[in-house]
Amino acid sequence: MRSAWQWILALAMSTMIVFSFITDAPQQNIGESSRIFYYHIPQAWICVIAFIISAIYSAKFLKSKNLLDDDRAVNAARLGFMFCILATVTGSIFAKVTWGSFWNWDPRETSIFILLLIYAAYFALRGAMDEEHKRAQLASVYSIMASITVPFLVFVVPRITPSLHPEDSIIDENMKFTMSPEVRMIFFSSLIIFTVIFIWMFKLDNRISFLERFQKEKEA
Amino acid sequence: MLSKAISIFLKDFRQEFRTRYAINSIMLFGITTLTVVSFSLGESNLPPKLSATLYWIIIFFSAMSSLAHVFVREEESGTAMALRLHTEAEPVFFGKFLFNFTVLFVLMLIITPLFLLFTDTYQGDMLLFSFILFLGIIDLCSATTIIAAIVARTSTKGALFAILSFPIMLPLLLVLVRATEKVFLESTFSQLSPDFIFLVSFPIVMLTASFMLFKFVWFD
Repeated sequence: MRSAWQWILALAMSTMIVFSFITDAPQQNIGESSRIFYYHIPQAWICVIAFIISAIYSAKFLKSKNLLDDDRAVNAARLGFMFCILATVTGSIFAKVTWGSFWNWDPRETSIFILLLIYAAYFALRGAMDEEHKRAQLASVYSIMASITVPFLVFVVPRITPSLHPEDSIIDENMKFTMSPEVRMIFFSSLIIFTVIFIWMFKLDNRISFLERFQKEKEA
Repeated sequence: MLSKAISIFLKDFRQEFRTRYAINSIMLFGITTLTVVSFSLGESNLPPKLSATLYWIIIFFSAMSSLAHVFVREEESGTAMALRLHTEAEPVFFGKFLFNFTVLFVLMLIITPLFLLFTDTYQGDMLLFSFILFLGIIDLCSATTIIAAIVARTSTKGALFAILSFPIMLPLLLVLVRATEKVFLESTFSQLSPDFIFLVSFPIVMLTASFMLFKFVWFD
């Protein structure tokens, strides 16, 4: 019974992938390449969600001083980093096909790049300390400080910096173009499926780190 | 609280004058980069965008070279523990913030006229420019002071400071460069208002968060 929802997830994912290729391309004026939209946006969404989860567990750690909360923050950050790389790569491929170059420094590319840097800095900081408790505490503070700058990145900078290239309107159109019911159906199911996969991976990671900590305590 | 912060600031100030480490390194770093820039550019007339970018690169990396020193010194000389016993966390943060503010202010006071002299690009409102610089100093210090405190407690101090600061400061630097460019292009105050909103709100958010989180960095 336990694995029933995993079978459902596998079935849903396969169906979503098939439908994302056999239906009409979501944005006609971009053409076939716009199908990446079904994968790219859920990945970017997970990337931000993971970042927020990591910051929440960091704050929780500072309150509870429970190292398990810190483990959860790291696990969320690690998964978020992976999805961030995926989103950057898919976005870059899309940019190459539509705008002719892999990187254009438009506001959204800038913000995902900074998100990548923040994740990398977070892991660099953790690598620089040996003592477990101190590492958890300082990394938590950094994670919260970094998450505070994200609203500036996502909402403020794109609004006050004029778009760096004229084709930028495509992105905005893409973000809120009137989706046909079919497209909307596939897009939102993809969003839900990716979120469920993320939660599953996150839970697995948490169980592993819990068992590791349990083992360590038993040995000590 | 304020008097304690000021006495910590004065202590740092006096200590600085014994060795002049922070001020010397930041000045030499700033002047060296400035010389390289102006020497290699020679007589060529810089467009405003380029000179604004170069200016903030010089300031940012000079700041990176020595703003962490204020906390690293306490840890290295072993006086951090005494300070921890003596006062609460908040006055320490505020005192160190004031000290970094002063160091950066002195740097700007010397680098800015030299930069304008060497590159010979200056047009626009002097008052507006100084106002942006003043906000820029507060912005830079508000984001870096807590990171300096984090870095001082790790094993690899120097390199980590720039790595951790960069992602947090990148949106800020983008706005500062843009605002400076606008001033060089002789914009008026109203054209700059979106940038000012950012430059005023950023340190408020950063300082509030730092104030709340600093005790977790400072105490074990």
